[in-house]
Amino acid sequence: MLVIQNGRVVDPKNQLDQTCDLYIKNGKVAAIGQAPEGQSISQSIDASGKVVIPGLIDLCAHVREPGYTQKATIASETAAAVAGGITTLVTPPTTKPVVDNPAVAELIIDRAEATGLAHVLPMGALTQGLQGEQLSPMHALSSSGCVAFSNARQGIPSALVLLRCLEYAATHDFLVIFQPQDHELAAKGCMHDDTTCTRLGLAGIPETAETVEVARCLLLVEQTGVRAHFGQLSAERSVRMVTDARKLGLRVTADVSIHHLLLTDVNVNGFNSLFHVIPPLRSQLDRAGLLHGLVTDGIQAICSDHQPHDPAAKQAPFAATEPGISGLETLLPLGLMLVKQQLLSLPQLIEKLTSAPASILQINKGSLGIGSDADICIFDPETQWQLSDENCVSAGKNSPFMGVPLQGKVIHTLINGKTVFQA
Amino acid sequence: MFEIQDPNSIQLNSEGQLKHFITTEGLSKALLTEIIETADSFADMSAQQVKKVPLLRGKTVVNLFFESSTRTLSTFELAAKRLSADVLNLNISTSSTSKGETLKDTLQTLEAMHSDMFVVRHSDSGAAHFIAEHVTPNVAVINAGDGRHAHPTQAMLDMLTIKRHKGDFSPLIVAIVGDILHSRVARSQIHALRTLGAAEIRVIAPTTLLPKNIEALGVKVFTNMQAGLKDADVVIMLRLQKERMQSALLPSESEFYKLFGLTNEKLQHAKPDAVVMHPGPINRGVEIESAVADGPKSLILDQVTNGIAVRMAVMSMSMSGQMTEKNLKSEAQ
Repeated sequence: MLVIQNGRVVDPKNQLDQTCDLYIKNGKVAAIGQAPEGQSISQSIDASGKVVIPGLIDLCAHVREPGYTQKATIASETAAAVAGGITTLVTPPTTKPVVDNPAVAELIIDRAEATGLAHVLPMGALTQGLQGEQLSPMHALSSSGCVAFSNARQGIPSALVLLRCLEYAATHDFLVIFQPQDHELAAKGCMHDDTTCTRLGLAGIPETAETVEVARCLLLVEQTGVRAHFGQLSAERSVRMVTDARKLGLRVTADVSIHHLLLTDVNVNGFNSLFHVIPPLRSQLDRAGLLHGLVTDGIQAICSDHQPHDPAAKQAPFAATEPGISGLETLLPLGLMLVKQQLLSLPQLIEKLTSAPASILQINKGSLGIGSDADICIFDPETQWQLSDENCVSAGKNSPFMGVPLQGKVIHTLINGKTVFQA
Repeated sequence: MFEIQDPNSIQLNSEGQLKHFITTEGLSKALLTEIIETADSFADMSAQQVKKVPLLRGKTVVNLFFESSTRTLSTFELAAKRLSADVLNLNISTSSTSKGETLKDTLQTLEAMHSDMFVVRHSDSGAAHFIAEHVTPNVAVINAGDGRHAHPTQAMLDMLTIKRHKGDFSPLIVAIVGDILHSRVARSQIHALRTLGAAEIRVIAPTTLLPKNIEALGVKVFTNMQAGLKDADVVIMLRLQKERMQSALLPSESEFYKLFGLTNEKLQHAKPDAVVMHPGPINRGVEIESAVADGPKSLILDQVTNGIAVRMAVMSMSMSGQMTEKNLKSEAQ
């Protein structure tokens, strides 16, 4: 039996926040506080002064495999995940080929298992080839391990096709994940349409590119009763719409990427392509709305929206660069920044990174209850550090947070009770 | 968490002199005035028999045009030649990029030829800024137009033209009319006019051709041409691209001309001594009536002449700023 001794154990699902010992046997949590009788301790980890939490569950992380292995691989990104305390990743279906047949889903899951680091749970494509025309074989994809279905940001122009997708998903109680963006309104835009965009002369993406699509999706969710989740909301008005829908009793949830909680469109000044993300960084008002949503239950989870890139993808004039931030290793320390700024309590933050995403996915993870999988993250809340090209594990070094002073570092990650990362 | 980058940090050397010319935004009044005055002296010289000065003798200037252009390219070429530089014109839109070469690769290839200055036109906003960030030290970058972001030499030649006809900027009401949304010229003019102290800067356009929150740049917005032209001292017309009709921004050229085209009749609303400018090439009967374009108030051809002088000014100033920085660095070592 393994014991993690004397750490501050924070398990929001079980309302636990106390310094105690955690016992692990056969890959499961065996006991908390008192050692179970008649068991010998074979291994111990000293967690004095450290925080012990369930392994993080990231609702959106691109691992680029299959199809874009010049950017990153399942092996490289699951290594980055566990270095960031993330034990479960949900990956969008935008691989090449897309996840619209069981073979692709199985390939992703098999490669992740062969690597033996973080769990990788693929989203299946909602339509074949993400073309927005024909339904994908959702039942077969689900049987192969897809945890949800999404058309990513490709959009489904026909409201009728979208309605049919949602009806079919509802038939099987599958989760549908929207990354809402109206294609026409977003057009060729690359940043939030406001003063900074006007000054820089970049093509703008108005807030309505997101909100028009959120509204359309919500109306069809209401009609079909499907379980739906909105990924990476960027606009304050979207949060309000989702909050209102929840009040009406719709089965909808939402997440936000950590960078939308910390950055705004003003950061794009100087044409720094590391701030090129889709959905775009929006106004201070939107950022405040997203933060407000986190404490009023409009937004349940925080994700990394991890998008690793090769260096060339970011070395061009702003609009010609590929969007996305490499975010696995900074998810927790940036979240702790919100705690330090007293925008969230520590248990609130941990909930948004563990039990809330688990509950959205309906998986038996994200808690330290007795009998649950021993996917565990231990971090030192005091360690000051900076992400750099050298210490960044992800193959994608495209982070605007490189060199930014961070506090709180993962020192130990376990999956099914086995150490997969140790600082 | 992050300091917001000052647009000047890229284009000024440690002495506050111009070393690249990327944007008019954020440049001091003194520096803009220096550009105008330097250009003014070159303009007088251009009228003389011997038109050359040796300020860039032995230097190689590469005109790097990723977007086609006739007047901007030819005035840059003439300007470089009058400064005694060797000039290479490259029209990249038809060569490397179609072979998949990235902008950075193209730049490195050209740097290997030991150029001293790049004059860059590109359809992406921020392209000149990107090149200035990645270019080898001591090579100057002049922005000849990047996307919708900036066209600073056009703005400065317009400032020189206004200065020569109106003298002082402080009492002037300047109206900029037409496709503000897609216009790098308008953005650069607005920054320059504001810094030079124009009394009022107006933009006149239908809402579909106005960028979001343009007021934040310090302009008054008018959607009615007559109201916007009232008492204006300077009227700057912008070119309307035909593509705008296809992208549902306007119903038709004729409706635009009826509402926003500059005719002698509409010009009656401006001051009697108002002048009319246009960065060219003009669309007669779309944004401007021929009688106005060729009329006594039109400064359109003066603008072209002044363009050479302004380009000579910023090229010589940027090269000198680079030399100063180089000397300071070698002294420090």
